[in-house]
Amino acid sequence: MTDAATQSAALDVRLVVGLEIHVQLATATKMFCRCKLEFGAPPNTRVCPVCLGMPGSLPVMNRRAFELAVRTAMALDCTVARFTKWDRKSYYYPDLPKNYQISQYDLPLGSAGRLTIPSADGTKDIRVRRAHLEEDAGKLLHEGAGATSQVDLNRTGTPLLEIVTEPDLSSPQEVGDFGRELRRLVRHLGVSEANMQMGQMRLEPNINLVIRKDGAEYRTPIVECKNLNSFRHVEAAVEYEAKRQLAEWQKTGVTIETGSKSTRGWDPDRGVTFLQREKEEAHDYRYFPDPDLAPVVMDDAWLADIRATVCERPIARRARYVAELGLDAADADQIVEERANADLFEAAATALPGGKGARRLAKLLLSEGNKRANERGGLLADLPIAAGRWAEVVALLEGSKISATAAGTVIDELLTRDDAPEAIARAKGLIQTSDAADLAPLIEAVLADNPKAVADAAGPKGAKALGPLIGQVIKKSGGSANPKVVQELLKQKLGL
Amino acid sequence: MSDLTYLTALQLRDAIAAGEASAEQAACAHLDRIGRLNPTLGAFLDVWEAPAIAQARAIDARRAAGRPIGPLGGVPVALKDNLCTRHGATTCGSKMLADFHAPYDAHVVERIAAADGVILGKTNMDEFAMGSSTEHSAVGRTVNPWATHCVPGGSSGGSAVAVAARLAPVALGSDTGGSIRQPGSFCGVVALKPTYGRVSRYGLVAFASSLDQIGPFGRTVADAAWLLRAVAGRDPRDSTSVDAPVPDYLATLDQPIEGLRVGIVREFFGEGLDSQVKSAVDVALSALQGRGAKLVEVSLPHATRYAIAAYYIVATAEASSNLARYDGVHYGHRAASPADCLDVYLSSRAEALGEEVKRRIMLGTYALSSGYYDAYYLRALKVRRLIRNDFDAAFKQVDVVAGPTSPTTAFALGARSDDPLAMYLCDVYTTACNLAGLPGINVPCGFDDAGKPIGLQMMAQAFEEEKLLRAARMYEQTADWSARAPAL
Ligand SMILES: [Zn+2]
Repeated sequence: MTDAATQSAALDVRLVVGLEIHVQLATATKMFCRCKLEFGAPPNTRVCPVCLGMPGSLPVMNRRAFELAVRTAMALDCTVARFTKWDRKSYYYPDLPKNYQISQYDLPLGSAGRLTIPSADGTKDIRVRRAHLEEDAGKLLHEGAGATSQVDLNRTGTPLLEIVTEPDLSSPQEVGDFGRELRRLVRHLGVSEANMQMGQMRLEPNINLVIRKDGAEYRTPIVECKNLNSFRHVEAAVEYEAKRQLAEWQKTGVTIETGSKSTRGWDPDRGVTFLQREKEEAHDYRYFPDPDLAPVVMDDAWLADIRATVCERPIARRARYVAELGLDAADADQIVEERANADLFEAAATALPGGKGARRLAKLLLSEGNKRANERGGLLADLPIAAGRWAEVVALLEGSKISATAAGTVIDELLTRDDAPEAIARAKGLIQTSDAADLAPLIEAVLADNPKAVADAAGPKGAKALGPLIGQVIKKSGGSANPKVVQELLKQKLGL
Repeated sequence: MSDLTYLTALQLRDAIAAGEASAEQAACAHLDRIGRLNPTLGAFLDVWEAPAIAQARAIDARRAAGRPIGPLGGVPVALKDNLCTRHGATTCGSKMLADFHAPYDAHVVERIAAADGVILGKTNMDEFAMGSSTEHSAVGRTVNPWATHCVPGGSSGGSAVAVAARLAPVALGSDTGGSIRQPGSFCGVVALKPTYGRVSRYGLVAFASSLDQIGPFGRTVADAAWLLRAVAGRDPRDSTSVDAPVPDYLATLDQPIEGLRVGIVREFFGEGLDSQVKSAVDVALSALQGRGAKLVEVSLPHATRYAIAAYYIVATAEASSNLARYDGVHYGHRAASPADCLDVYLSSRAEALGEEVKRRIMLGTYALSSGYYDAYYLRALKVRRLIRNDFDAAFKQVDVVAGPTSPTTAFALGARSDDPLAMYLCDVYTTACNLAGLPGINVPCGFDDAGKPIGLQMMAQAFEEEKLLRAARMYEQTADWSARAPAL
């Protein structure tokens, strides 16, 4: 490792990564038949003659899947094709009942788009080469000790949106960021749950290095990585490959011209990639237009209907929350992660009196709100508290009418019944006294009773010694005195 | 009561409706005849004796109870064995599917059952509908009822024979490049290939998806028209089926078309056309002229010279893909002890697919391969467009185009088995119609010296079956060849 690092000090090494992403669309039924999509159903129970590829069966396009795919392509700023068709991609595999996959070959529904992702210096645009729809294959089960494999075709025919980027990603972090941003986007669009563990989003990075040495440029052979079921694994695999390919090149000198593309799997336990297929076989998929399906022609009205369903992109929302509502970047990230939470936040922010307190609202939602949502195992947005109520709680805090602790109590109460937070606070005696006239006699009494503390405050400790006095005043007020106001009044009184 | 098997389908329907015969009697009369003649003719692969009688009895019981009966009125129907049925096997004439039991009924099968047609059984065919003689069936041998040493034509040979030999009053077949019309011509029955999209292909085992179309056989134009109406129309399960109204063909069938313009396709009368076929077709066209039709010579320059070539590229390319599913993994024949996963494919397919099927899969695979795609498949699609243009130009001048269905009458069994090219030329006049997606019909128009039937083919514009059937009926009224029956 140290050797490699020393050697590479003289080298200019650039990582080049392009991604192929499969996103499972959140339709109720499959792409070309009406079988239900259901993760974890007993094997071969969500199948029919069409997805089994039975003789005589015919595919019928799921219009909903097509619309979700176009919605995504639009959100990726793709050029959306007005005319697309279906093509058959031929290859033999036991999990592919027809031995061809219905896909889109030369006329993808989306092309030449981009996804803006967060980066160290703001944002970066990653170009999207194409986005097309296809049907998923089944699953092979190699369980048990026997030599036989079994096929589960429940997944066969699941609508998949394949998104291919240009090789614009240049670090493991960027690859992860792209994945996370895309996941946020498809969730916001409502087109996919994009749960990686359930295979609803699959990332396959194509990785190689461009190495400059002594004025010459060398490119390492491209490696495609598979079986990556979390963003951490994707990042780790890219990082590992970058090191491995450099070491390999230094050892063998094999380049993209002299070597060949290979496929490597990721072993998360050992943290290494391992060779799956040495040579990318010269596959001839014999694509041709599927004669069983009519081409899809999109008219203006249909395109406009779909365009109307494209929501604000999460990255734009996040930027707006920071720039216009004054949120911390980290808070904005968390709020935007889930569309429903962002919608709740935004509805509440709109209800804030004078539009003031959005920053406090975000913090309240992420602390008090999230804590309770987690306890209940749901989203913030699933809590039975309307956006307007959140705004009212924030208004009480903004007006110093309740303390942060009291806000927690009010929220707990709101979880059990819907009422005005101010009424709840009042009923529970949580309203703070901030009126100087009301507090003056209490302060006088406390100062008279605590000469030592008063002396401390006059000493070198200064205002830092006010704590015990503030506590005394609050105690005397029965807990209703606003600590901040008390502090200010004490300072005035003691001339600090 | 005369022999029910000698009634036309419509006569039989009327007899049942009038209570002169029962559906059960009609079914039994045909089942008896099948029992007697099928061992010689080989039209049926599977005879549904018990289910047919049960279905007929149920219809009779409903009639007795005064409840309504569907438009097919208890008349028996035969089905080509590439139409999926829940009952029995759907073999497609192949060892690959010899034991394949479909878990569902094809759309047309549902429609026939719903219309109270009584299904007699499944008929023989060339394996996966690839052939013009039914000799490529791996599961049965079918002969021509007019000359039992001759082929019945194909691929829907079994259905054509069933109707010609009065084993069934009507039948369904499928036509990819002539597979309904050519056996219709060889067997002397009316045989109609509807417009592409007229009849749902759901449940028709695919040969070439952009060309396949299901259609009827009958001994009269009226019988064919009647069965077509029962199965035609949009089916949401077939994206290529078209939502166009299905007219009541029988309502207008007997009305001659005033000033009918018949296009005589110049290219269909050139080299290779048997002289007896030519003169019979000439006489038929004169007869139409005698009924007031105007004969106009038209040219379809691409429809014969290039149609066969384009057809054998498009059809085999689609077939190579459609037949990829027969791999021994999910259903159908599986090799007994494959060495590994690849060998499941190799051995299962090697053992269970016939020579002609393998030949076409190889041709089609080649045509779609990278480096050859543009030169073959893409070029064939361009020819297809030119053929459509030819027809469009012709139909600016005429209502229907006409010519022989087949260049020869039925040939001897085995005569062309070793010469695939000679076999492919059986389709020389019929493939253009599929490539253009048009309706085409065979109407019997005489016999050669050996007593073998000759057929007149007519084609019309897409979805003009009504006009096509009326034109065919105009000819049929001049010479009722359907009165003749093969001596069996
Ligand atoms: Zn299904």
